[in-house]
Formats: sequence, structure tokens, C-alpha cells
Amino acid sequence: MEFTKPVESNLFDNAKVVGKPMQRIDGPLKVTGTAPYAYERNDAAPDALYGYPLGAGIGHGRITRMDAEAARNAPGVRAVVTTLEIDPLEKGMNNVARLFGGDEVQHYHQAVAVVVADTFEQARAASALIEVEYEEGAPADLDLDAAFERVQGTGEPDTLVGDVDAAFRDAAQVVDQMYHTPGESHTMMEPHSSTVDWSGGEDMTVWTSNQMINWNHQSIATTFGIDQERIRVESPYVGGGFGSKLWLRADAVLAALGSRAAGVPVKLALPRPMVMNNTTHRSATVQRIRLAAGTDGKLTGIWHEAAAYCLPGGRGENATAQTPVFYAGETRRVKNHVVDMPLPETADMRAPGEASGLMALEIAMDEMAEKLGMDPVQFRIVNDTQVNPSDPDIPFSDRHFVECLERGAEAFNWSQRNTSPGGQRDGDWLIGHGVAGAYRGALVMPSGARAILDGGKLIIETDMTDIGTGSYTILAQTAAETMGMDVADVEMRMANSAYPVSSGSGGQFGAPSSTSGVYAACMALREKIAGNLGLDEAEFNGGRVTGGDTDMALSEINEEVSAEDAIQWGDFQKGYAMGTFGAHFVEVGVHAYTGETRVRRMLAVCDAGRIINPITARSQVIGGMVMGVGAALSEDMALDTGRGFFANHDMANYEVAVHADIPEQEVIFLDTLDAVATPLKAKGVGELGLCGVAAAIANGVYNATGVRVRDYPLTMDKFIDRLPAV
Amino acid sequence: MRAFSYEKPADPAAAAARAAEVEGAKFLAGGTNLLDLMKLEIETPLHVIDVNGLGLDEITETEEGGLRIGTLVTNTALSADARIRRDYPLLTRAIAAGATGQLRNKATTGGNLLQRTRCPYFYDTNQPCNKRVPGSGCAALSEGAFSRQLGVIGTSDACIATHPSDMAVAMRALDAVVETVTPTGMTREIPLEEFHLLPGDTPEQETALMPGELITHVRLPAPVGGVQEYHKVRDRASYAFALVSVALIRQADGSGRVALGGVAPKPWRSDAADAELPNGASAVMSVLLDGARPTEENAFKITLAERTLAAMLKES
Ligand SMILES: Cc1cc2nc3c(=O)[nH]c(=O)nc-3n(C[C@H](O)[C@H](O)[C@H](O)COP(=O)(O)OP(=O)(O)OC[C@H]3O[C@@H](n4cnc5c(N)ncnc54)[C@H](O)[C@@H]3O)c2cc1C
Ligand code: SF4
Repeated sequence: MEFTKPVESNLFDNAKVVGKPMQRIDGPLKVTGTAPYAYERNDAAPDALYGYPLGAGIGHGRITRMDAEAARNAPGVRAVVTTLEIDPLEKGMNNVARLFGGDEVQHYHQAVAVVVADTFEQARAASALIEVEYEEGAPADLDLDAAFERVQGTGEPDTLVGDVDAAFRDAAQVVDQMYHTPGESHTMMEPHSSTVDWSGGEDMTVWTSNQMINWNHQSIATTFGIDQERIRVESPYVGGGFGSKLWLRADAVLAALGSRAAGVPVKLALPRPMVMNNTTHRSATVQRIRLAAGTDGKLTGIWHEAAAYCLPGGRGENATAQTPVFYAGETRRVKNHVVDMPLPETADMRAPGEASGLMALEIAMDEMAEKLGMDPVQFRIVNDTQVNPSDPDIPFSDRHFVECLERGAEAFNWSQRNTSPGGQRDGDWLIGHGVAGAYRGALVMPSGARAILDGGKLIIETDMTDIGTGSYTILAQTAAETMGMDVADVEMRMANSAYPVSSGSGGQFGAPSSTSGVYAACMALREKIAGNLGLDEAEFNGGRVTGGDTDMALSEINEEVSAEDAIQWGDFQKGYAMGTFGAHFVEVGVHAYTGETRVRRMLAVCDAGRIINPITARSQVIGGMVMGVGAALSEDMALDTGRGFFANHDMANYEVAVHADIPEQEVIFLDTLDAVATPLKAKGVGELGLCGVAAAIANGVYNATGVRVRDYPLTMDKFIDRLPAV
Repeated sequence: MRAFSYEKPADPAAAAARAAEVEGAKFLAGGTNLLDLMKLEIETPLHVIDVNGLGLDEITETEEGGLRIGTLVTNTALSADARIRRDYPLLTRAIAAGATGQLRNKATTGGNLLQRTRCPYFYDTNQPCNKRVPGSGCAALSEGAFSRQLGVIGTSDACIATHPSDMAVAMRALDAVVETVTPTGMTREIPLEEFHLLPGDTPEQETALMPGELITHVRLPAPVGGVQEYHKVRDRASYAFALVSVALIRQADGSGRVALGGVAPKPWRSDAADAELPNGASAVMSVLLDGARPTEENAFKITLAERTLAAMLKES
């Protein structure tokens, strides 16, 4: 199905299932511990042995010698594969550092060996017996501030509109500040895990934890130089990904090599320290933001320059992602620099770009509002735009940012807040309120599915993943709606490379794309059923098909009917800017003496088109808000600049928010529909919930204390000496 | 984890004797620290002596009016004990501020005192660490290291790690005494003040216990009354070790006691600093933290400690 023009009316206009709150259908499996996750595929690979990885112990350099003799002779050990025994493997999609093979160490904890043994304990113990000698690489300059100084002002701007210099010269008010965001680890609960059967060295089955079946499938083929046809990838349950499982990682590669060497299926989960230093993370950013505004509160210039690090050939965080499009303003200059550094690999993490960019930009907006003497909500409203400000011929497909701000301000009682920083106290706690705007692009990807009607049951097959987001449920809802059936009669079969290729889960494109793909497949199935019944027009309702003289229950169709289709996105979408919008409001308390900061109240208002299932969507948004609390207040990959690795590589030292950090959270979804976006008029929401949260908290801290902190996380060491004296 | 042999001794004296006799022996209590360290091969005992089941799990009253806590009393049981809550509320507050409910259910009194540092480099066997491998160097003191959580006082050029216990800080303020049995069956008493050692050149030696010596009890002197508070400062609201913690006992006349956690290799307290309490937080800290040698990253702990105490003293 080609999506060639904005939707006028379709069957979702009178939706009975889509848009309704529905508990996730995989919930019972998960809460009873029976959902088969990748490391627990006892159903599929009951004989799997245990693999355990060994990571490099230096930041970068070369391995000069490895001795695995003791490990091979250790109790229970079936195989040891060291990186020196294997030619450097090819790199899969977006793998920057090699996953295995050869003597080069590109980053800390890069995999250098895998041990296979009868028990987990034996494999782990044997891995510690492997001796590795290194020649360390030359010390590297890992100072991102210094790098920013070097690159600032160089290169062609990514976006350049109007005479920026003049705008700043003539401005009534100017903000010009530096902001810092730290490296962040996805810290999903389930580490990267795979069970692989490559025991014959021929066909390979990979039970893994991955967001993108097709990319993974291709990457495995590339990495091992074997035909994709001979590989099957399954990832039916994923214990969180946040972008860290978009790509093939070392867990699957090591399990495969271990399986081939030992001649048995092997399962392997990366230990948490390797999640942090072996896999990918969100790179730190340094950002300089300059805003110019007139006395009327209108932005006249936006100048955003940022830098992030990555391994040579990789991608760092682009913190300027939102800046070309989010706010109005006639002139702007935007430039992102990516600086090579020999550090663990950087790649996408939930809302890549906007998450870090809005952490800075939305503080700058707060600073400008204050300079102008304007309410920060009003200041954002004044600078709303209905067209892409960098290309004014391009309208937004559907944008209700102003409504988000207005609804939120009302629901949060924003007008009642104290407006003089440091002016509200509750015992030892200084109380503050903060707001931030939220923006995240609305991407869509081609997505396919197969719909099969079999004895009154509808089976949907698609390689779409559910990474805890609710895909099983919303796809079942979409299928039921399209076929006029009951959700209970839909069986979802997902995340298997044997099924049609979907969008996968990432970039909040999963829900809008894959529901469209299922819609396309179901429409194809409708057509086929109608054709089989000789009907030109058919209606599907209440589990029945009607048309002409026909009125029969779908369960009366004895023969299996199957149809496959995919959604393809037409060029017309390029004539629009598509995004999702929101506003975050928070109340924080900052301990007047210690600077401890705790969030007391949170509200998000979201404009993301049709909300396919308010329950699962709300879970996504509150999850994003939780992640935003961590980003604002505690998460920080602590870089040891001498040794070139992240030293706090476990969940005791890398502090995500815990239950006690999370207060009452409220989410309001605006009742919006985006006819340009998808047949369901829906957009993603899973990343929007994170965008802007941290800045709202930072602005709240300022309002509470009168102290502006521009470096995340906002731990007390960064401002305790600026708190009012005691 | 390395392979090890295991035994359950008959009584405390036998446990101590066996621990001295068998090479590479370690006691196992709740296991919440030892097992984690064994999995990472930071601790590699050849023989594990399980002291669970030796009794030593009761809290009894002493003749001097205090309490005697068996080493196997769990942190949960200790913090919930009615006598502790009534007469030593500082201890309840400090224990409840540590770890999580599940961990406190397993963690024991002696084990808590003997838990090892949370220095991130101690935990990464690729890195040099004098405490883990004597003489290998201290990664935390090298150029560019991450030292935000580490110690500011009582540290040395060999090691700047802190002792992470919350319970021990309260016990220090309460003048607790550790009771032990030695491998020769003698009993011994060690005031908590002398129990933990400063690192000097030998950061691997952390306590005054001799090889094989078993903690049997921790004794609290008669209650001292006063208002007792424990303020633990950390980046998130729960489930994190202290950046700084302050244990305060304050009497109506303004006198009292102050002990700090999160700043030193042992709970940090001094009589001279206690004597400054009537003069306020700044006076206390200028004595208590005199001679501090923070790193650039953890210098804030000095300000933080003073401000935390100021908050508890309601100074404004
Ligand atoms: C995730 C996590 C978070 C934590 N957070 C905190 C926190 O916030 N605050 C805090 O204070 N603590 C915290 N802890 C530490 C916890 O309090 C300790 O692990 C616990 O108190 C250790 O007691 P245990 O009985 O389990 O000791 P074990 O692990 O059994 O033993 C620890 C050590 O003591 C020795 N030992 C035990 N008993 C005796 C004895 N009777 N005589 C001689 N030697 C003995 C053992 O040989 C071993 O070396 C945390 C721990 C974890 C895992
Ligand atoms: S501070 Fe102490 S524990 Fe940490 S690395 Fe140095 S020697 Fe080891």
C-alpha cells in the first residue's frame, strides 16, 4: 500500500478498538515469568551451554599475546575462542568498532574472548584465567571542552538562514551560554543477550534481544560472511532497548562463535560493565547556544553550535537536531561537530539528538524569557511556528505546541507559582517550578506484515518487535479494527526473520509505521476475501463480512486466506514537516542546605496524533519522564580521561532514578489527528516523553534557588557553593 | 568465582580456630558483600566458613544498661528492635538509610562493619588498586581519574577509598565496642574507634582483627539520650551510598557528638570536634575536617558536610 496523500476519511474515523485503553496482551506472560527472553530459551534450545565474554582491559591499543591454556583446561570448559584466533570480522550495520577478531583494541571492554562451559559459573571463572598482554595506544586527548574550542566556528553550517550577525547586533536581548550533557547509558534491565545455535557451522538460529530483526539479520550475514537465507533471527521479548539494541552487538557474535566452536547452542548475556563500555552509549555534548530576541518577545536569531565525540567513522549525539525546526525566528545558524575519540562506541539512545539538545535549548529559552521579563510559557507560545522556520514553504503537518503549553499551564496551576527565584520554601526545602517544551521528529519507515484468516481466527505475522512498548497490543488492536473482528480473535506472531520485514522499533517510528503495515496487510486480506466471495464491495464488521447478498461470519470461511502487504511512504510527506510536540511541567524541591534535589510533581502534555492505546502510550510517556529525572539529576557516565573508559560501569555507580525519586506523574494527550503522518493519523510518542523533561527540572531548580546550572546532571557539587549561605 | 571448600563450624571458637588454620579462609555471614566480591574475583577465598547457625543472633541487655548485639542479628532486625528504636534511634535511622529492604534482611551486624569499599577501581580488576592488589598502585589517584565519591580525610597516597557503611557511622557516634573471639579461643574487645584502620601504606589492612578472629557481638553502652538524627546525602533518593552522611546526637545543653560517613576510610569523629558542637557546624567541621586532602572532584564534600550539619542544627 502506497500512502500517497493525506488521509481524508477511513475506517479509523469510527474506531471501536483502536484508541481504546487496552491492557497489554503479553502482560500475563511477563508477570508470570513465562515470556521467553533471549537468555531463557529453554523451550527452543534446552541444551544450550553457557558463554561468558572477556572484555579488553585497556582503553585502546593492541593485544600482543593471549594465553587461554588455563581456561581451556578449566573444569567444565567446552571451548574458548580468542580474538587472535579469528580474522577481523566484517562490520554489520552501524557497527563502528569491530565486534570481534584481530589484535586491535578500539575501546575498553571490546570483546577479546569467549568461553563456553557447562555452567555459567564455570564459564565465568575460566574467562578470568585468560591472560592478555597489551601494548597501550598513545594517550588520547579526551577533553570535549577543548575539542569544542578547537572546532568552534569551523566548517559549513548545517543550517544557515538569514543574517544571524545582524540579528544579534540589533537584538533587544541576547543569551549566550555554554551547556554540557554527559554520556548516558541506556541501562535497560535486560542486558544484551543471545542464544545461538550454529553448532553445525552451517545454518544459524539466533534467539536474541534486538529491536530491529531485519537489520540484525543482515548484519549477522555480513559479519560472518554467510548467506542471509541460512540465518533465522527471533526476538519475541525484549527487556528494554532504548536504542542500545538497534544494532548487532557482541552478545550474538560471541554466542555464535562459541556455538560453532563447542558444537552446541550457546547462550550469552553481557555482564553489566560490558553493557556500559562494550556496547553503545549516548555521547556527551558541549553546546553553545545564543538566542536573540526583540522587546516583543519574538526570537530574531537562534545560533546553536554543539560537539559530541565518537570513534572515527561513527556518529555522535547531534544535539542540534531540533534547532532548525522547533521555534520561530527569521535567522539561525546551526552546526554540529563530531570529534573523533577512542572511547566506547556512541550511537542512538532514546530520542537521539533532541534529548540532549532540548536539555540545553530549553534552559536557554528559560533564560531568555527571564531577560525579557516574560512568563516562560508565554515566551514559548509567542515563538510558535506553523511552518518549518528554516524552510517556510514547508508547513507542519499538524502542530499543537501552543495547546500543549496552555493545557499544561492550566492543569498544573502554573499561574499560581512563585515567580521570584528562591522565593518559596517548605521547611528546609526551596520549592521551584519549571516548564520546558518538547519536540521530537515523527519518522516513519516502510513496514510489512502478513494477515491470515484461519477458521475465524486472524493471525498477523510481522518481524516487528515489542521492546516493552506494547507493540503486540496495538498491532492486535489495529488488525481487529481493520478486519472488524474481536481483539481476542487476533493472534500476533512477531519478531521473527521468517515474517515480513517491518519498521522495527526505534526512533519512535515503530508504532506509526508498523500499525500502518498491519493495516495494509489487513486491507489486502479484506480484498482477497471479498474477491474469493465474488464481492466488489464488502464490509467487515462484528466478525462478519457483508456485501451484495452475502452476510457471513468470518469463521464460516473454511479455507485459510492469507495476504501480505507493506506500507510505503509517498513523496508528498516531504512537503510537510512532521513532528510530535509536548510540554513538561515540574515542581522540584532543592534542599536549602545540601542541594539535594527531588522532583515533587510532574505533568506532560503530548501532541502526537491519534493515541492508539492510551494505557501503553501513557506507560511510554511516564517511562520517558522517569528517564528524564535520571538525566537531570543523576545519570552520568564518569569518564576517566587518563584511562579512556567509563569507570562507574555498574548500576550501583551509574545512578538511574529509583522509585523513591519518582513522584505523582500526570500525562495529558491532546486529542489530535495527523492526516499526513499515517493512515491511522498517528505518530510515535515513546521518545517525546523524555524530550525536555530534564530542562524543565533544571528550570525548576533555578526557580527554587536562583542558581542557574547549565551542566548535567544537576548534582549538588556543581552548585552547592552558589546556594544561599547558611 | 574461584572454587572453594565450605564448612559449618560447631561454635564460634571453632570457627575462629579453623579460620586461622585453613589457608585462604573467609567467614560467610549474610553474604551480600562477600559473594558479590567473589563473583568478581576481588575476593578469592579458598575456604568458606559459614557462621550462620552459630547462635549470635540475639540482642541482650548488659549489666551496664546497654545492649549486646549478636553479630548475626540482621540489619532489619536490629533497626526494628524496640529497644534500639527507643534508646538508640540514631542506629535505626542509619541502618534504614542503607541499601534496600531485601539486602538488610540478609546483611548482618558484623558483616556490615566489614563490608569493603565501593571505590569503582577496587571493583574493576583491570585497574591497579593497592587495596585489592597491594603494591599495584592506586587508579583513583591517577591523572583524570573519577574520584567524586572517594575520601577527603584520613586517606593516604596509597588509597583514598571510603568505608561505605551507614550503620558503622551511627555505632561510632554511640561508642560501640566490638567483641571477638580469637583463634586461640580468647575473647577480646575493640572500641569501634580503633576497629577500622587508616590506609597508610597498607590499605589492604582494613581492621584491627587478627587473622581468623571472629566478631561475636557489638556492644552499645548505656543510652546517652538526646536528639539523634542521621542525614544521608546522595544524588538519588534511595539505594545509593552516601556522598556524605552525618550522625548527630544533640543534648539539650547544646553539647553532643558528630560522626561522618562518606568522607574517610572509617567513620569519622573526634572528641575535639564534638566539643565544638555548641559553637555550630562551621566550628565542628573546621576541627573535624582539619587536614582534609580532597581531590578536585570531591572537594565539595567538605562544604556539603558542614551544610548538612548546619541543617541538622537548624542554623540559618
Ligand atoms: C546493592 C547494595 C547496596 C548497598 N547499600 C548500602 C548502603 O547504602 N549503606 C550501607 O551501609 N551498606 C550498603 N550495602 C552493604 C551492606 O550493608 C553489606 O553488604 C552488608 O552489611 C554486609 O553484611 P553481610 O552479613 O552480608 O556480610 P558478608 O558479605 O557475609 O561478609 C562481609 C565480610 O565480613 C566478614 N564477616 C562477616 N561476619 C563476620 C564475623 N562475624 N566476624 C568476622 N568477619 C566476618 C566476611 O568474611 C566478609 O569479609 C549495600 C550492599 C549492596 C549489595
Ligand atoms: S582509592 Fe583505594 S580502593 Fe580505590 S583504587 Fe585506590 S587503592 Fe584501590
